[in-house]
Amino acid sequence: MVKRLRDFTLDLTLSAKPGQITVLMGLNGSGKSTTLNIIAGLLQPDTASITLNGECLCGTREGVDMPAEDRRIGYVLQNPAVFPHMTVRDNVAFGLRARHLPRKVISERIDSWLERMHIAGLDGVKAGSLSGGQKQRVALARALATEPVLLMLDEPFTALDAESTQTAKDLTRRFVRDMNIPCILVTHRVTDSEEIGDRACVLCQGRMEWEGVPGAMPALCTVCRCT
Amino acid sequence: MIPRFLRRKNYRQSLTYLAAGILIAAVTLYLALPILALFLRVTPEMFFTALHDPDVISALWLSLITTSITLAVVILVGTPFAYFHCRYSYPGKVIVDTLIDLPLVLPPAVAGVALLVLYGRVGILGRYFNMFGISIAFTTLAVVMAQIFVASPFYLRQAKSLFEQLDPAYEQTAQTLGASSLRTLALVTLPMTAGGLVSGAVMTFGRALGEFGATIMFAGNLPGVTQTMPLAVYVGMEGSNINVGLTISILLVIISFTIMIIVRLIQKREAGRA
Repeated sequence: MVKRLRDFTLDLTLSAKPGQITVLMGLNGSGKSTTLNIIAGLLQPDTASITLNGECLCGTREGVDMPAEDRRIGYVLQNPAVFPHMTVRDNVAFGLRARHLPRKVISERIDSWLERMHIAGLDGVKAGSLSGGQKQRVALARALATEPVLLMLDEPFTALDAESTQTAKDLTRRFVRDMNIPCILVTHRVTDSEEIGDRACVLCQGRMEWEGVPGAMPALCTVCRCT
Repeated sequence: MIPRFLRRKNYRQSLTYLAAGILIAAVTLYLALPILALFLRVTPEMFFTALHDPDVISALWLSLITTSITLAVVILVGTPFAYFHCRYSYPGKVIVDTLIDLPLVLPPAVAGVALLVLYGRVGILGRYFNMFGISIAFTTLAVVMAQIFVASPFYLRQAKSLFEQLDPAYEQTAQTLGASSLRTLALVTLPMTAGGLVSGAVMTFGRALGEFGATIMFAGNLPGVTQTMPLAVYVGMEGSNINVGLTISILLVIISFTIMIIVRLIQKREAGRA
């Protein structure tokens, strides 16, 4: 994908394997979130060829640009954006109702995901009153309940305390393996990358500067030559 | 031994409190006394007798009907307008922004003259409407148009600011979950901005109800057709029936006060939610 940004041009080739977590790292403003937004269909690239399970989501050469709502990507943004005026249950149901699934299926999936995320007791609670960790789990349950074919998480652990971070990491890892879907995780913390990632990519000024096993990653500033 | 209240620090503090007290009392009295005078000037008998006056009833109904229509139009047209205006870039957006704010600083009488010049019987557009037998000026429709022109900025500004302040992550998340733009607007954007929108609508209602200058210029002052409550106050106080003028004034004060209380309650609830 190529996208001309204010300070640099994002020019990137990226692949993510099913059942694996690909960690996208880089300093602030290196193009990590922009990459996710382009894959999700929230941002228009200048040129791109994005395929998911063999299906073309965006191909400038072919003139294909699938709308974000049809891409079947579970995307948890930096702000988990749980809808504060809805209950936890309605939040998890949002994507299922938007896709017009049968009521029985919706109800079963909600119960199942609330249980798996350990938030079953919160189903009637207004989401606006939840803690940061609970919101993160609701956002993850909401994204996974739609059974996406790709999961993308943008800095999901930034606002969490140590315990919630560990829980969120464990849950993410388990569900990516169980559902056998590719996951792209954006973070700027090396520890996150090492603990949860199967593969790490370091972005600098819109270009891939390093790619490999997280444990073997050199210090960010050495890779990026930025500071 | 020097008394405690005369010690230097306490003395200064007392002076500050005294100055603050005088200033607060002066401003409060300046704002409250005229309102109080209105209530003192009219006895309950006079008030309830005047309430049955046909001119009062007619002005009251006309005001409520026209203001309700104004509010409905402003909400139905203004909400999607403000949404699209915030979400999309287009040429001349800055000019549109300025035009939205213009009625707030434009003298209402000038707004009325401008509407008359455009839609009057010999106006730039009005003459063509007139050819088809459609007359706008000096009708109830003109009252509504004048109210929309003068009061709509209160709602549009509020809606614009709410849509701009809403974190795009909410709408983006809804989109990635499979929601269409309309579903996102209905289930996410509007509920998350509802409190502020209602507050803007209430302010618009209040401004439209009190509209005088643009209405008298563009719609005239015809009892039962264009004579709204503020115009009836003017006619009453000119000498035809002072009691009617005073009674309608008291009604307007009560309505305005209620509006302010509603807005305050909404703001308090919103602050509690945040």
